[in-house]
Amino acid sequence: MSGHSTYEPKWAAARWMDQRLPIVRMGADFMTMPTPRNLNYWWTFGGILMLCLIVQIASGVILGMHYVAHVDYAFDSVQRIRRDVPYGWLMQSTHAVGASMFFLAVYMHIFRALYYGSYKAPREVLWILGCLIYLVMMATAFLGYTLPWGQMSFWGATVITGFFGAVPVVGESLQQWLLGGYAVDNATLNRFYSLHYLLPFVIAALSGLHIWALHVTGSNNPIGVSDKVKTDTLPFHPYFTVKDMLAVTVFLMIFAFFLFYLPDALGHADNLIKADPLKTPPHIVPEWYFLPFYAILRAVPDKLAGILLMVGAIAVLFVLPWLDTSRVRSMRFRPIARWFFFIFIFMCFILGWCGAETPDDNAFLGLSFYRLSQIATIYYFGYFLVILPILGLVENPEERPASITQSILDHGDKPKPEAVQAPAE
Amino acid sequence: MRAPSGDCHAYLGTNKKVATMAETGLIHHDDIVADDSKRDFIFLAAGAAGAIGAASIVWPMIAQMGKAADTLALGSIEIDVSKVAEGQQLKVLWRGAPVFVRHRTATEIAEAESVDLAVLPDPATDDSRLVAGPDGALKPQYLVQVGVCTHFGCVPVGEAGDYDGWYCPCHGSHYDTSGRIRKGPAPRNLLVPPYEYVSDTVIKVG
Repeated sequence: MSGHSTYEPKWAAARWMDQRLPIVRMGADFMTMPTPRNLNYWWTFGGILMLCLIVQIASGVILGMHYVAHVDYAFDSVQRIRRDVPYGWLMQSTHAVGASMFFLAVYMHIFRALYYGSYKAPREVLWILGCLIYLVMMATAFLGYTLPWGQMSFWGATVITGFFGAVPVVGESLQQWLLGGYAVDNATLNRFYSLHYLLPFVIAALSGLHIWALHVTGSNNPIGVSDKVKTDTLPFHPYFTVKDMLAVTVFLMIFAFFLFYLPDALGHADNLIKADPLKTPPHIVPEWYFLPFYAILRAVPDKLAGILLMVGAIAVLFVLPWLDTSRVRSMRFRPIARWFFFIFIFMCFILGWCGAETPDDNAFLGLSFYRLSQIATIYYFGYFLVILPILGLVENPEERPASITQSILDHGDKPKPEAVQAPAE
Repeated sequence: MRAPSGDCHAYLGTNKKVATMAETGLIHHDDIVADDSKRDFIFLAAGAAGAIGAASIVWPMIAQMGKAADTLALGSIEIDVSKVAEGQQLKVLWRGAPVFVRHRTATEIAEAESVDLAVLPDPATDDSRLVAGPDGALKPQYLVQVGVCTHFGCVPVGEAGDYDGWYCPCHGSHYDTSGRIRKGPAPRNLLVPPYEYVSDTVIKVG
């Protein structure tokens, strides 16, 4: 971040160290980053996500001490962790529930960025790094879900690796190369375990870049007007570390509720049946956090088109900074766009609902889930590819405060000074 | 060949020293030129060795993920089809996936043979999905296929769906009594594995 270092070593030992490896200075400078003073609680999910990653890595490394990656033992070894290993029940549930909490937090974080225009210039690279983290998270979650070797593990892995079989010409070879055999089997389980152990560290590295990029551009804020004067910002520590801690506490309470009262509620009962390659469960569903994409996959009757749509649903996020043509970041000042945004959120839930149900079943009023998922899929893509590009050009944004400080002053009952329209950025 | 301009800084210190040495007569000016060509050679040779080395290690790293010898060795099994009663289906694991051996009823065979090929998404006659016995005649009662939906690899349920054949519960693909895709997202018919009759009643799959 701009500005020179304000760190001053207090003790002789600290001074000695600072002249040789200024690591404390680096940390101190990092933690005192000037941060917009008007950040609301939607900005606390970054810190929460950092905690989630640490929890997953710590509990995962511990599970790795007891887990056996072999088709004959994997299922039983997970059951042994839950029943026999001291506190294994806690470690296994933490890891499984933690995955859901991680996704819950990441979706909040992404929706916040979408609403407040955090993906817009100059934060495009920051946003793309975030998209990459999300992509690797999805891969990690999928690989991890295979490891307990239940029915859903096995058939989920079969369906997902089947995507690669849809690639023209080389599809079948590619799929068998990924599986290490003709079907999902021991070779598949072993490599999935290996990669599931690797990818969290890739996420950690990408998060490092993500935070680095954040420190270069600085945080966006609820009004989307860049900080201009010194009074617009506060040092990250202690102001926002404390705010984050409060949010983390509330988040951990929700986490603990699931962990101690409903540890298996977010999973699927069929995954407590050992994998059987001869019997497909009557209804294969992914974990809740993949349901919207699963609905998009099934929204078209063609295999390859379904996969392309599903991949496209993620890919479109990467180019979002160039699709949204509005010069105003925060939807607080975009009277029309914000309603399209709320419909978008609603449609994401609709897609999640469709993903959990059987396509041919009736959703309501004779409308099948299949048709409903098509409507929601069209809106999903329409929002990014049509609504945001056009709306940015035709919408008349509301007047924005001249600065963050101004917006805070306006909030009070102090006499309102002449409102100055923020210049376009 | 000159050193790439980006590397100038790296060379600068050395060249200054060399230039000073040349001025003081410690080394001859021609040696400086010779030094440059040596450096180019080392640069190219090391680069080429690195590229070839990287390429030769990348391939094994990719190929190791393919099917191992023991996986390939488990490639074939023998099945006694006479043990499958009419109207029944035998499910056998072959290469990690189920193989369906269906003893079809006369109605099912008739149904499979009467289909207009024009309505099929993946046109194939019923005969083309059968294998002749040792006597050279087809045995239409025995239908052998890989029980893996061509959509995303689930195992279809027998005697189900709109065409009395198989129905995949995952994404709703319907197959007829010949295992041909009729309705739903699956792109192809159920695969007929490579097999042959080793006797009148025993087939060898794979």
